[in-house]
Formats: sequence, structure tokens, C-alpha cells
Amino acid sequence: MNNIFKIAARNLRRYKRRTLLTSILITLGVVAVLLFVSVSGSFKSMMIGQITDSMLGHIQVHRKGYMASMDSLPLNRNLQGKQIAKVKKMLDENDAVEAYSMRIKLGAMFSNFNETTNVRLNAVNPKQEMATVPMLQERIIKGKKEGLLSKGEILIPELVAKGMKVKLKDTIVLVATNKDGSVNGQPFVVRGVLEGISGPGGRDSYIHIDDARTLLRIEGKEVSEIAIRLKDMDKLESVFAAMKGGLTGLKNKKGKPVFEVHSWDKLSPFSKIADMIDLMTLFIKVMLVAIVLVSIMNVMVMAVYERINEIGTIAAIGTGPGKIMALFVTEGFLLGVLGTILGVVISLGAIVVMNMSQISFDFGRQKGLLLSPTIAAGDVIIVVAIVVAIAVLGSLQPAWKAAKMDPITALRHV
Amino acid sequence: MTIVTASQLLKNYVAGDITVQAIRGVDFSIEPASFVSFVGPSGSGKSTLLNMIGCLDPPTSGSLEVVGTDVTNLSPAQSAAFRGAHIGFIFQDFNLIPVLTVFENIEYPLLMVQNWPAAKRKKQVEKMLESVGMMDQGHKYPSQISGGQKQRVAVARALVTNAKLVLADEPTANLDRDTANRIIALMKAMRDEFSTTFIFSTHDPKVVKNAEIIYTLEDGQLLDNNGDQGGSHE
Repeated sequence: MNNIFKIAARNLRRYKRRTLLTSILITLGVVAVLLFVSVSGSFKSMMIGQITDSMLGHIQVHRKGYMASMDSLPLNRNLQGKQIAKVKKMLDENDAVEAYSMRIKLGAMFSNFNETTNVRLNAVNPKQEMATVPMLQERIIKGKKEGLLSKGEILIPELVAKGMKVKLKDTIVLVATNKDGSVNGQPFVVRGVLEGISGPGGRDSYIHIDDARTLLRIEGKEVSEIAIRLKDMDKLESVFAAMKGGLTGLKNKKGKPVFEVHSWDKLSPFSKIADMIDLMTLFIKVMLVAIVLVSIMNVMVMAVYERINEIGTIAAIGTGPGKIMALFVTEGFLLGVLGTILGVVISLGAIVVMNMSQISFDFGRQKGLLLSPTIAAGDVIIVVAIVVAIAVLGSLQPAWKAAKMDPITALRHV
Repeated sequence: MTIVTASQLLKNYVAGDITVQAIRGVDFSIEPASFVSFVGPSGSGKSTLLNMIGCLDPPTSGSLEVVGTDVTNLSPAQSAAFRGAHIGFIFQDFNLIPVLTVFENIEYPLLMVQNWPAAKRKKQVEKMLESVGMMDQGHKYPSQISGGQKQRVAVARALVTNAKLVLADEPTANLDRDTANRIIALMKAMRDEFSTTFIFSTHDPKVVKNAEIIYTLEDGQLLDNNGDQGGSHE
């Protein structure tokens, strides 16, 4: 086997320029793919991180039918005591769950005593919320971040603060209608201003869950949603499947499901952008496959054509078709490996340079987000495996042709 | 016991609707350790006959026995294995592998065809290098040596596997007179040293005179002593 590698490597060295050009082509393809995967992957994970870590969490549990009428924030679709206990037990027993936050979501009239506007509110337990969506605190652009909020305080989005000309420590009144139809009002002190971000809930206000219970005159324990944070997002699918399996099978007295469980991607339109990025990554990988396939096949067809006489000689001497085939396949393999190694080295260097250059970009209303491209070892291994496999595949046909060549015809070739 | 025996050997080539009879039912036998030349003008069938003896081309009909094996109906894979085990080849254009050194070219059949162990291989290649007078050229590539030296390497490569039979198709065609004579002399010396049968084709009368047994071919048939068809002469 070593000798086959030695002869193949020497044959590649024999046609230095061609080997170099083909390797460069493969290298460029590998660099394009790895850089795209790293930049788009970093953009994707940053955006997903923003959405899951500052608003949604990784998984949410609602009462069945809540999501369908989400726009009106229905209070009559809240989860009740026993239902909450069921979910809480399941979450407490699952080691993959890092934290969860019980929320009451409601709509209210926001009054600064001069003007009134509609706001959407998340009523949360601050400790639970900070553990579940740790980036929420970072969205506070004005006001104290520590502790998120206390009873009687409200965090309002930037747009509401500007539109209603409300400053920190101003008192405002929230007027809400409870599920019985009665109206109640309650004063709040503006504790902080939140940076608005793209996506659902990106412009919601926040109050303490106990205040919501008072405002809405809720006596028992009831919540609109339970947002869940996982220790490792890679376990999303398995945890989601376990929760869905455990909860959606539960039926009420009428035989209808009680719960609905959603992963973050079903709750945010950004998942479509993430899917698009994945699709683009797939297309660029297909392009890489085409580049490698065409360039390797082209080179190997030329190699076989130029060495017909040599093939005749080694066949006449008694070299079996398998070894002749192996010689050419190994050449293609080495070309693929050479181009890939160069590509990986250049890509990793470029990723380091990009990180050092601190490239920033804007996404929606968020300005100056820092691009920090990274690439997982698994992605590099996949790209390397694809290129090398395609290089071998591209060599098979020319190698097969060489192996099947009639020695006499080959020896007569000039 | 003969090393090559041909009986009513016939080879036809079909090109479209035309069938060309390249070899027309020849009979001959060659003894071991012979130094045999097939001579004749271009197109007389010399190369075709050598290709059949070398198991590169199967006969259309007749029987052919080489080194005690009936090779008439061998499959391509069996032919390749048989060639690798029993036959050495010397080509008109030397046909050395350009990416291998002189040493590696001679070593090639032992390494890639017969899988000899490294130490035994090295000893055998050095023996052949010494026999052909190329001991100090082993590290050079074919592009760094002369035509005569290339053919010496080719002779060594043909003999390195201890082949019983070496076939040489116009081995001196690309060499000057002196070099050609030296190569023929070398082949003869190798025959004497290793008792190998050499069969070569040529149409150069000055090379022919070195052969010990001469078969003359014309239009695919062997000529007898009188130049008539149907016989052979020695």
C-alpha cells in the first residue's frame, strides 16, 4: 500500500502545475464552504441565542389552544394549579433542564396620565426569568439591571418609553381586563427601559408575576406559559420529544389534550431564516462537491490519457487490474487530501483573523453586533470527508478505465 | 521439454467487415535457454506472434503452450498473473516508469506483482544491477540515463523475477548500432548466466545475425530454409 501511495505521490509531483492548480481549486472550494459555515453558523447561533436567551427560552409549554389565540393573550387559556404541578414535576425530574420560568402574559392599557397606549406584558418571577432567559438583563439599556425588577416596578420597551415620553422612576398606570371581564388598574414605577429586539415578545413590557395576579385578581396559581431553558441546546430534540410525549398525551375529562409543547423554532419566525441559512450551506456544499468532482475527474482523465503507454507496460509486466485502479484512485485521493488540508489551514487562519478584526454588523434594530465566527470540529470533519470521498469517487471512472485497458492497445499508444 | 510450443496457431483481427489474418496457422517449438529471433518485414506478424506467446493477445485458434501451461484460453486476469509469474518483457521504447528510479524500476515486478519481502528484493535487484553493469546508476531516474542504459535496466527488470522466458519486441530499434550490439550481447550473457529463454523480434539484419535460432515470418506464415511457406528453420 505504501508503494502505491509513493508512486501516486510521485506522479502528482511529476505534473506539478496541474496538481497545484487542481489543489488550489479544491482549496478555494473548501475555504468558501468552511468560511460560509463558520460565519453563517455564528450569525445563526448568535441570533438563536438572542431569541432563546432573552425572550423565548428553548421550549415552552402552554395549555392546548393557547398558541392559536396568542394574539389576544387569552387569560381563559391559562394553565391551572394541577396542570402546573404536573409540568413542574416533569421539569424537576429532567436533568437536562437548567431552569424554567412561569409567566402570565397579558395585554393592558398603559397610561402616563396624559396619554394611553396598548402594551403587551410578561408577568414573571424575576429569579426564574433571569435563570431561564439570562440575556434579558442585558437588554436593559436604562435603569438598574440587578435583580431585574421588584413588585410594583415595570420594565418598558424603548419604543413605549419614547412614544409615551416616560422616564425612569416615573409612575404609570396599567389597566387590564381580567377573564371575568372586570377592569382593574394599578400604578407601577418605571424601573428600566428595554432594548427592543426582533421577534415575538421583543417589544413586551415586564412586571412581577405577583403584581399581575393582583391586577388581574387571580386567586389561585395560574400561568399562561412555562418557558424552559436547557443545559445543552444540542439536547433540544430529545428533551422536546420527552416533554411532548409526556404532556400531549394527557387528556381532560372531555378526552381532549390538555397541553401543547413547542420548541423555540416553532415560536419564532427567525427559525425560517435559520432554515434558509442551512439550505444555503447545503447548496454551497453541493457546489463544493461539483467543483471537486469535475476538477478531479478532469485531472484523472488527463492522467490516464497521458499515461496509456505506462499503463500498458505495467499491465504487460503482470500488474493486476486492482493495483492499476488503486494507483489512480490513490492519486485522486491524495489530490483531494492535499487541497483539503490547505483549505482547512487557510480557513482556520481566516477565522482567527476575522475574530481578531472584530467585525460588527446590524440585525434589525440591533446595531453593532459582533461577528465571532467559529467552526465545530464536526463541521470540519464533515467537509474533509465529503471532499476526500468525492475525490475518490471522481477518480473511480478514469481508474476503472485504466484498469480495464487492453495492454496491447495501450502499448501501441503513442 | 520445450518452453514454447505452438500448433496450428492462427490469429485473425476483425476490422468492420474485414477480417485480417495476422498469423496463419504456424507450428513451432522453442527449447529452454534458446536465443531466438523472429524476423520479417513490417506487418509480417512478428509482434502479433510475440504478443500471443506473451499472453497479451489470445490466439483465434490453434494451441499454444508456454512454460508448460496451455495459455490458449486464459482469461485476462489469468493471463496477467501468468505473465507476472513467468514472462519478462523488453520493449522497443524501453518503457521504464519515469517516476521510479533505476533501482525502483527493476524492483517494480518484485514489489507490485510478486510481493517479495524487502530484504530478498533488495538483494535480487542489486544482483541484477550488477549483472547489467548499472550498479552505480540505481539512484538515477530514467530521464537521467542514456537509451542504452535504459534498455539495460529494461533487461534487468525482465529478468529480476527469474522469468523462464523473456520476450523482446524490437529491443534495438531505438538504439545506435554499437549500443544495439551491446544490448544483444548483454541479453545473450544473461541467457548464459540465468538459462533464460530469449525470444526477440527484429527486422534489422545486422541484429539478426546474433540470434542462434531464427524464424522468418512473412504474411503471417513461417518460411522454411528455402524461403518457402509452411516451415521453419534453425
